[in-house]
Amino acid sequence: MENRDPLFEVSREIVGADFQSAGDISGEVKKILLQAGFPPPFIRRIVIAAYEAEMNVVIHAFKGIFTTVIYPDKVHIVIDDEGPGIPDLELAFQEGYSTAPPHVRELGFGAGYGLSNMRKCSDTLKIDSHVGEGTRVTMDFLVKSQRDGAEVEK
Amino acid sequence: MKAIKIVEPLRAKVVVEGSLAEVEVTGGYCGDLLSDCIAHATEGSVWITIQSHPNTIAVAVLVGMACIVVTNDQDISKQTIERALKENITLLSTPLTSYQAVSALSKLGVPGTRKHG
Ligand SMILES: Nc1ncnc2c1ncn2[C@@H]1O[C@H](COP(=O)(O)OP(=O)(O)OP(=O)(O)O)[C@@H](O)[C@H]1O
Ligand SMILES: [Mg+2]
Repeated sequence: MENRDPLFEVSREIVGADFQSAGDISGEVKKILLQAGFPPPFIRRIVIAAYEAEMNVVIHAFKGIFTTVIYPDKVHIVIDDEGPGIPDLELAFQEGYSTAPPHVRELGFGAGYGLSNMRKCSDTLKIDSHVGEGTRVTMDFLVKSQRDGAEVEK
Repeated sequence: MKAIKIVEPLRAKVVVEGSLAEVEVTGGYCGDLLSDCIAHATEGSVWITIQSHPNTIAVAVLVGMACIVVTNDQDISKQTIERALKENITLLSTPLTSYQAVSALSKLGVPGTRKHG
């Protein structure tokens, strides 16, 4: 567990309000994880959390850097943005709470589930936010997590 | 069931073919809120939605959906089509409402599926 060298590290820039290519970074992360041979349920929860974090920068901030570090036994993701910051984190985590404007809601965003999806899918989630400056989201995903149980319900 | 089998019952137009002829449909999910769909839709499912903008394609790719069915004859933008082509995602358009589309798929025996958690 401790201080193992990363297998791979990649950083990408997120452009605020660019809905055309939004999701591409999460897509690239998914491809890399598939190539690395991680189990599908593990990849799935990383992809959900990555997508939500990427979209939050696109929707709510101006720009950001998305960094993924892959270790043999865990994946570490940091999303650092320049933006308005989150004044009340407890409120922001409430399901259904959203400040997304109407034109963004029309596209199907702004349900207010992103942060809670990120919490459910990650093993650790840390948010440092400064109003008027930006937000840094740090997430870790452990390969041997209890979370990768039964998948599909019919 | 092969995805191509759902085209006629849905009275659908094939907007982007993707791998329509080969891909297997293993379930279905219906929804228009992207945070809900990314969290709960399952791999290999048909996604019934009225959302037709480019990010819909991103969600389908991330989940690994078999195909997207845009209901209510919603306009599908050039950008959405371009992104679907790039990602090789099957994109269908139907005049049916989402309810009618689900109902047609249900008659074909496509089960509603949902991811846990
Ligand atoms: N990176 C960010 N910068 C500034 N504000 C943010 C950021 N991420 C989240 N927020 C704030 O927290 C609220 C809740 O975020 P959350 O992701 O849960 O919902 P949402 O983005 O509004 O909707 P959804 O994710 O369901 O599309 C947002 O509406 C916004 O006010
Ligand atoms: Mg969000």
